[in-house]
Amino acid sequence: MISEPVSQHPAARELSERFPEAILESKDALGETTLWIDPARIVDVCAHLRRDQKFERISAITAVDWWPADPRFEVVYHLHSLERNLRIRLKCRVAGADPEIDSVTSVWRGANWYEREVFDLFGIRFRNHPNLKRILMPEDWEGHPLRKDYPVHGHKYDYQND
Amino acid sequence: MKALEDHPPVPVEERTASTLAPEPPPAPPGEPRRMVLNMGPQHPSTHGVLRVLIELEGETVKRAEPDIGYLHTGIEKECEVKTWAQAVTLTDRVDYLSNLSNNLVYALAVEKLLQLEIPPKAQFLRVMLAELQRIESHLVWLGTHALDIGAMSVFFYCFREREDILRIKEMFSGQRMMTSYIRPGGLALEPPRGWDARVRKFIDAFPSRVDEYEALLERNPIWLERTKGVGFIALEDMIELGVTGPMIRGAGMPWDIRKTEPYSSYDKFDFEVSTAEGNDVYSRYRVRLGEFRQSARIVKQALEGMPEGPWRADAPKIVLPDREKMKTQMEALIYHFKIVTEGYRVPKGEVYQVIESPRGEIGYYIVSNGTSRPYRVHMRTPSFGNLQGLGPMIEGCLIADTIAAMGSMDFVLGDVDR
Repeated sequence: MISEPVSQHPAARELSERFPEAILESKDALGETTLWIDPARIVDVCAHLRRDQKFERISAITAVDWWPADPRFEVVYHLHSLERNLRIRLKCRVAGADPEIDSVTSVWRGANWYEREVFDLFGIRFRNHPNLKRILMPEDWEGHPLRKDYPVHGHKYDYQND
Repeated sequence: MKALEDHPPVPVEERTASTLAPEPPPAPPGEPRRMVLNMGPQHPSTHGVLRVLIELEGETVKRAEPDIGYLHTGIEKECEVKTWAQAVTLTDRVDYLSNLSNNLVYALAVEKLLQLEIPPKAQFLRVMLAELQRIESHLVWLGTHALDIGAMSVFFYCFREREDILRIKEMFSGQRMMTSYIRPGGLALEPPRGWDARVRKFIDAFPSRVDEYEALLERNPIWLERTKGVGFIALEDMIELGVTGPMIRGAGMPWDIRKTEPYSSYDKFDFEVSTAEGNDVYSRYRVRLGEFRQSARIVKQALEGMPEGPWRADAPKIVLPDREKMKTQMEALIYHFKIVTEGYRVPKGEVYQVIESPRGEIGYYIVSNGTSRPYRVHMRTPSFGNLQGLGPMIEGCLIADTIAAMGSMDFVLGDVDR
């Protein structure tokens, strides 16, 4: 169920009528609406928003690492509708061990590079992604730099013992 | 040095071969043969370190795949270990040709988290500087793009005006490029004496300079031949692939975040969204020429309507105090010490702030966990989104046209790789 301030958001309201069980939590803060979506339903929810609610753009996909909490990761989707001049943020919680979530590239082709970036820097795998390989780091790189347990100076140097 | 032994470097011969250009399968008899051309990462027309794998059939591009990451510097990771105030200096280096836009979006996002009200004078100065930045960025684009195509002289004209803007930036902040001038809470320094006369002198002369560029290019048959009808990509594809900014407006769609989601008092300014029909390199050039004129209009309005009052917010725990106060008041000294050593704390929360940069939509997603350092900063940069449209745009083009088409995107590799 979504809270009262969130139901003011037209897209969130329609989404909660359509997929009441897929919305796990909702928040309205600083004028921005966030919905936590069941990771198993993310493609259905996105397809609905794209097809029936005119969210024709995916502005960005990223992730946040809440290590050592569990579930460790949050994948964050920033959706934008040009026609309705509306933005909404979707989030999916993903477990830390072998993190995996469905890809939304079938909904927006533009999600391709953003998901590759999240895979590269956080190590979250996207199922059914057409070309899931590293995008920013070298292909033989070990580890995922934006994880919180990855040191800022990398593994190559150990400044404390030098 | 134990950590070093845990991660020995991978010998060159064991590295994966997939970074190399894959050899296409042999063509069946009667079919034309395809070859893969490696362009970059050091190639003058990529304006940075972009590598594109281009599959050619004769001189026609059949497939193109950008390979990025050569300028990846881990700015997002580095933000997490800086204080909120220090991270401003990193945002300059993301898009080094329009650093004030990046300063602005970061400042707006942090201020939204802090629920900080910015005085009108600071807002107007921000708008004025952001528009000067837009002019400067488009000048670099026009000069280098014309140079790529073979019109040498435009470059000198553009860089003449760019120098004026760099001098204005230096006057304000002491720096020509990495200014870090727009900061959470207002501006870094008080605007210098005589700044308005300097800006006015530049902006009064600027529209006639735009006419000069137009005169140089508009009747240049080589320029017209090489830009008209080149680099087409369907509007629907651009929207789906995340292409933004002048690329979209060059397809006739009047989408500008300054109008649709106004920030920093852009709603108080009277300007038009510059669009052009055609959806090719030429129309993108027309859009940017129009933006020169509209930005000049906005700067003029900012000069004329500049409100009186303070140039930074009244928030002693966030904004550094005056030197004068610091030496006479105990509280000011304490706040200064706290801000500089520990940094100010930002309440828990998350925010996604978007603005219209010279290249398109910049969105900063900032998560705070209530400490004095950002927990996560994600930069949705316009060049990254735009570059995703490169493949569909140049497929079917002639190899010579890829240079013009790529140039019309106006990407900055620092902005792509962060």
